[in-house]
Amino acid sequence: MLVHSRKAKWAVWTVFFLFFLPLFALPLLVVLGASFATNWSSVLPSGFTTGHYSAATRGEALQALTTSLVTALAASLLALVTGTWAALAAAALKKPYRTVLDALFMLPVAVPSVVVGLAILVAFSQPPFLLNGTRWIVIVAHTVLVTAFAHQSVSAAIVRLDPAYEQAAASLGARPSYVLWRVRIPLLLPSLTAAAGLCFALSMGELSATMMLYPPDWTPLPVLIYAATDRGALFAGSAIAVVLMAATLLVLLAVSRLRTKASYR
Amino acid sequence: MTSRLFWALPPVALLTLFFLYPLALVVQQSLQPDTGGTSVQPYADVFASEAFREALWTTVWLAVGATVGCLVLGFVLALIIAFVPFPGARAVSKFIDVFLSFPSFLITLALLFIYGSVGMANGLWTDVTGAAEGPFQFLATPWGVLLAEITYFTPFVIRPLLAAFSQLDTAQLEAASSLGTRAPRIIRQIILPEALPALAAGGSLVLVLCLNEFGIVLFTGAKGVTTLPMLVYSKAILESDYPGACVVAVVNVLISVGLYGLYRVVSRRAGA
Repeated sequence: MLVHSRKAKWAVWTVFFLFFLPLFALPLLVVLGASFATNWSSVLPSGFTTGHYSAATRGEALQALTTSLVTALAASLLALVTGTWAALAAAALKKPYRTVLDALFMLPVAVPSVVVGLAILVAFSQPPFLLNGTRWIVIVAHTVLVTAFAHQSVSAAIVRLDPAYEQAAASLGARPSYVLWRVRIPLLLPSLTAAAGLCFALSMGELSATMMLYPPDWTPLPVLIYAATDRGALFAGSAIAVVLMAATLLVLLAVSRLRTKASYR
Repeated sequence: MTSRLFWALPPVALLTLFFLYPLALVVQQSLQPDTGGTSVQPYADVFASEAFREALWTTVWLAVGATVGCLVLGFVLALIIAFVPFPGARAVSKFIDVFLSFPSFLITLALLFIYGSVGMANGLWTDVTGAAEGPFQFLATPWGVLLAEITYFTPFVIRPLLAAFSQLDTAQLEAASSLGTRAPRIIRQIILPEALPALAAGGSLVLVLCLNEFGIVLFTGAKGVTTLPMLVYSKAILESDYPGACVVAVVNVLISVGLYGLYRVVSRRAGA
């Protein structure tokens, strides 16, 4: 509707793909291509191999995959419970309290992840809470980082919630706990699963805070990818990166299937 | 009201224990040099060091440069997706969502294969010209970080813009164009004013995210590019200088939280 002649349209689309393909599509394709190669000194990679994948699904890398999945699962569940609780509690409060609570829970987005990592490292390396060197410190850091996103998306959904349902339930004599459990939570379910997917994806790719505090026996995938590229094993690193992307996408797909299910309820 | 406040207590207690108390400890430690006692000596030391001033400058100009780049590129791309739609435009916006679910350091990893010393672009150059090495050697410089940040953060501008464009009344565009107004003028006088709140909101979010970006800089592995988050990491983990790391962390938090507060005000005004 902005450009009318056929020629001009094609010109605009050409410009679009000249930017879009090299900037956004090429990086993902390149990582995929490199994961199957042993050498890249020309336009295309050479030396086809699936060896990086058999290495990436074995031993250290397999352990890192489980570590990442367990951490992401634990962190997103904890974040979902805390974030939803906070969002529901904030929605029930009056204006000044609500603003303060919302601002508090948004703060971890604004604070650099590296600083969150440093703060948790400093706080939990000394009594009374000694978590340094255990897997819990990684899970705690990831939970803190993703809770803000869970809180934000759930409180946005609460604002859009039609109050008529809960008012009807309450007018029929339902207790507040019953209204919460049987009316509000089911209505929020689609946003809750979407928030869970977001938290999971963020935790799977978290590198900044993890680099500050991971113990040697709890190494998530991003750290392993960094270790591989740092010692020059770029192609092996790409294979692990593809495993990371595939695992994230699979879980997101499963969650979106859940979401369509949830929206029918 | 009291019982409602009581219900807000458990999440606030958790946040205090796992986030606010650790942050307070960082501030406390930034005031305690290794020699003991409480003083502002760590701040004086850090502010006086050349490395800190350089990191501060690099962080700010990279973040501002990346934000401007993302705004320009994001505006042009969103404009085409929304107003010169092509078959597959929906697939493109779906792809942008997928793109956003991947970690940022993958972009730097990919750029190593595209513009690295033996990557695609240099390989093409040496194949065609027969030269010993290609002309693309910018990856280990701040320009490599800038390119990666623009690539990764542009979708953060495109998404709010597409949302804003979908609410724009197309009758205005039709009317203007039937009266013979050319596309550049329509963009300047109709679309741009409507898009301004979304641009402001997206831009300030990208600015904060760029100030805090760590993965891209770490993967670049360049000694010449040190940003504030990178300085926090290297002081704490590589040099075990915790008071120094805490000082840099406090400065970084003040800059980011200040800008993020601004972002919230702007985006609330924009209704986003």
